[in-house]
Amino acid sequence: MKKVEELAEGVLAGNIHSIARAITTVENNPPEAQALVARIFPHTGKAHVIGLTGPGGAGKSTLIEKLVREYRKRGKTVGVVAVDPTSPFTGGAFLGDRIRMQELSTDPGVFIRSMASRNYPGGLARATKDAVKVLDAAGKDVVLVETVGAGQSEVEIIKVAQTVVVVHAPGLGDEIQAIKAGIMEIADIFVVNKADRDNANKTAMDLQTILQLSSVESGWKPPIMKAVALTGEGVAELVDKLEEHKRFLESDPESKMRLLKAKAEAELTEAIKEKVTSSIMENLKKEGKLDECVQKILKREKDPASAAEELLREKGLE
Amino acid sequence: MQNSKKIRVLIAKPGLDSHDRGAKVVARALRDAGMEVIYTGLRQTPEQIAETALQEDVDVVGLSILSGAHKTIFPRIIQLLKQKGLTDVMVFAGGIIPEEDVPSMKKLGIREIFGPGTPTEAIVKYVFDNVSIRG
Repeated sequence: MKKVEELAEGVLAGNIHSIARAITTVENNPPEAQALVARIFPHTGKAHVIGLTGPGGAGKSTLIEKLVREYRKRGKTVGVVAVDPTSPFTGGAFLGDRIRMQELSTDPGVFIRSMASRNYPGGLARATKDAVKVLDAAGKDVVLVETVGAGQSEVEIIKVAQTVVVVHAPGLGDEIQAIKAGIMEIADIFVVNKADRDNANKTAMDLQTILQLSSVESGWKPPIMKAVALTGEGVAELVDKLEEHKRFLESDPESKMRLLKAKAEAELTEAIKEKVTSSIMENLKKEGKLDECVQKILKREKDPASAAEELLREKGLE
Repeated sequence: MQNSKKIRVLIAKPGLDSHDRGAKVVARALRDAGMEVIYTGLRQTPEQIAETALQEDVDVVGLSILSGAHKTIFPRIIQLLKQKGLTDVMVFAGGIIPEEDVPSMKKLGIREIFGPGTPTEAIVKYVFDNVSIRG
């Protein structure tokens, strides 16, 4: 426990070594990870957490590099958590988001961390939200979270970020792709990256058309911005818009509270699920009941849902 | 509770080489062995490599160099890693490093050097056998 206290102190003081180690701790999730998060939690909630999602190849990493530079120009400190997928077969991962950001790595006002999804669904890793808390508690003004290249349903980012940017680029998908629900509905800001390409206007127009059909009602109408991340064109305007969204959230305390409440509830629900499931599973494994049931399912004597119900009833939990 | 430690490896290309096939093959082999491999691209300075190792909290750093500048660059990297308190990180290297330089590189703190033609299995095994997983 002394180790946890030291680590937490280090994080709160902004020590790079401690921040790095604390993120490893929440990733590996040993028993002391919970104590660590508990200790820093009161110091979170100050950073502007921005999520960037969108299809692979849209230019998220390159755009983040330019966003960080712009925020640094404006005197803000920045944390980045970049998530890449874990192989479901080997458990390994190739984390390459940093390639586009390496020039930032020696800026003391910037902390970048690559994270493997470790097969967590939804475009993030299980530990992403806690890594964001670490960077928030360490005093970063802005925390940028890059999801894995996301298709249509990777919407986990809304549980982590206050502002969600959906990055798109011409030629990655037609209008039909954009009609699909999910990722299109979670955007606070759309960016059409690679806007120097021929059909960028068409991509923007397609998005515009979809947005007009969209039924989500709030005081904020998601703008469609154009950018060329490679040259930095449109990036200052994007940061202006991000700041505007932050002010918008703050200007309406009621809806901000609603948002925060929903997030807190979702996180609590998830924590309960994780705890309940893991303790029950451990127990069942120890008693050998799990294997017994699996065998029944294999022999088609029982379907999985009924087997689960029976097990829980035996435990007095159903 | 999910409690899974993963070996985290930084594969870095210091100096002015513009050829990274070997580094990518090694990165891929380590990934396929279940490790989390951070690759940072070409032309990294010693400062960038050490700072990345720190922020990413890696257990292992693999350096790939072909240019012949290892005698200048490697000591600087090792020195910076030490300065940042990363004394428990295992460093290995690969690429074109002449036989006669190997002893001095090892003395410096490069734990192993893999020349051209090394089977990737040998590198994977070496990492598994020699890494000390932290935290």
